[in-house]
Amino acid sequence: MSLITPDFGLLFWMTLIFAIVFFILAKFGFPVITKMVRGRQERIETSIRQAKEIEARVEEMAREHAGMLEETRREQARILREATEGRKQILEQAREDARGEAQKIVDEARARIAEERESALRDIRREVALLSVEVAEQIVRKELSSDAAQADYLNRLVDEAVGKAN
Amino acid sequence: MKWFRHIGMLLSLLLVPLAAPAAEFDMDEYLYGHVSDAYEWHITTINGKPVSIPLPVIVRSRTTGWHCFSSHHLEEGSYAGFRIAGKGEDHEGKIVEDTPSGPVRPLDISITKNVLGLMVNSLILVLLVLFGTRWYRKHDAREEAPGGFTGLLEMLVMMVEDDIIKPCVGKDYKRYSPYLLTAFFFIFVNNLMGIVPFFPGGANITGNIAVTFCLALFTFLAVNLFGNRHYYKDIFWPDVPVFLKAFPLMPLIEIIGIFTKPFSLMIRLFANILAGHMMLLGVVAVVFLTVELGAAVNAGLSVLSVLFGVFLDILELLVAFLQAYIFTMLSSVFIGLSRQEAEPSKEE
Repeated sequence: MSLITPDFGLLFWMTLIFAIVFFILAKFGFPVITKMVRGRQERIETSIRQAKEIEARVEEMAREHAGMLEETRREQARILREATEGRKQILEQAREDARGEAQKIVDEARARIAEERESALRDIRREVALLSVEVAEQIVRKELSSDAAQADYLNRLVDEAVGKAN
Repeated sequence: MKWFRHIGMLLSLLLVPLAAPAAEFDMDEYLYGHVSDAYEWHITTINGKPVSIPLPVIVRSRTTGWHCFSSHHLEEGSYAGFRIAGKGEDHEGKIVEDTPSGPVRPLDISITKNVLGLMVNSLILVLLVLFGTRWYRKHDAREEAPGGFTGLLEMLVMMVEDDIIKPCVGKDYKRYSPYLLTAFFFIFVNNLMGIVPFFPGGANITGNIAVTFCLALFTFLAVNLFGNRHYYKDIFWPDVPVFLKAFPLMPLIEIIGIFTKPFSLMIRLFANILAGHMMLLGVVAVVFLTVELGAAVNAGLSVLSVLFGVFLDILELLVAFLQAYIFTMLSSVFIGLSRQEAEPSKEE
């Protein structure tokens, strides 16, 4: 029966020992561990929250960045398009200018050619006139080499002059 | 074929009895000697001579006052009027004082085997926990987690707190957490040390009713000293029809319930650990009991008993943890019940 009858001595010592163990462990043992672990849990929770916030911010920034990139790309495209247009315009302009210049040069050349021809014709005409006068002189001189011819000629001239006067 | 030959050899050995019959094996003494308390710590017996550690006996006689002496004085019989009561007497195995009116039990607070075991185990527990918490003084636990022994201790502590104490006790669990953790580790360490077969383990501490009584008493105090108004109202004036209260049936049941709860804690731990020790001892006893049956039977059954012993030892490891767990959990539940707030009144 001694197995199921608590012994006073053991009860006494057990109470004492358990009380001491409880005092020591409750003061220096378990609260240290639980407090530290709770602190760490809190820390982990705040860290996770912070990480989430940071993640959100990073996402925001990434979105912003992507937006900026998009805008930049659009801007670039616009600039490129404008540049292309400008080049085309400049080329067009240059072509136009060149055409005008060429036209002018051609016109000028044409005018000059016409002028040259004019002056050449004038020269030829004068030359022809001089030549004909000379030829006429030669002819006249040959016809008037005899006196009879001279007299004849004079008569005719007089006739003519009289005729004119009439 | 090979097996048949082996079996044949064993069978032939069976017929050879061991030459020297062993001394009469006293099963009762063997079992109860191992699981009960003693005034000396018997370690082993070499060549028929018991090797044991004598322990201090502290007794107070009604007539002659305090006495304190080493227990080895009691080996030869009586010392200063004190002796250990023999078989069949009252207070068998305990110190009695011979007085003219017969043997009387003195006030006995001797450091017995269980007390020494308790002291050693408690020292081990305190040192382990304090050693485990040393890490926290040198490190910032917010920034890093401990490894090694501290990590193991932390894991155990947090398992008990998060899985048992927090859900069972409820919102002000932090107040009870140190006690419940102490109870858990105290029981756990003592259970484990009880399985260790040699000194300083092997004392049947948590399988001793005084120890479990004391533990249950602490839980009883924790439950009833800090119970709230709702708890006591539920005991003395529960929410039941008046005729159950006028004739105080329900209060009676509830008051009995106050005591049966810790009582069940006490018996559960005590019986489980005692039974575990008994089973292990019984399995080991097979080795000694079968000596007379011949070498083959003895050898065969010894192998079997060792295998069973290994199995039971592993089972006891589980039980050591489980009983600590259950004691802590039920204590938590009882405390939680005493801290329950009144349910919002039902509106009909």
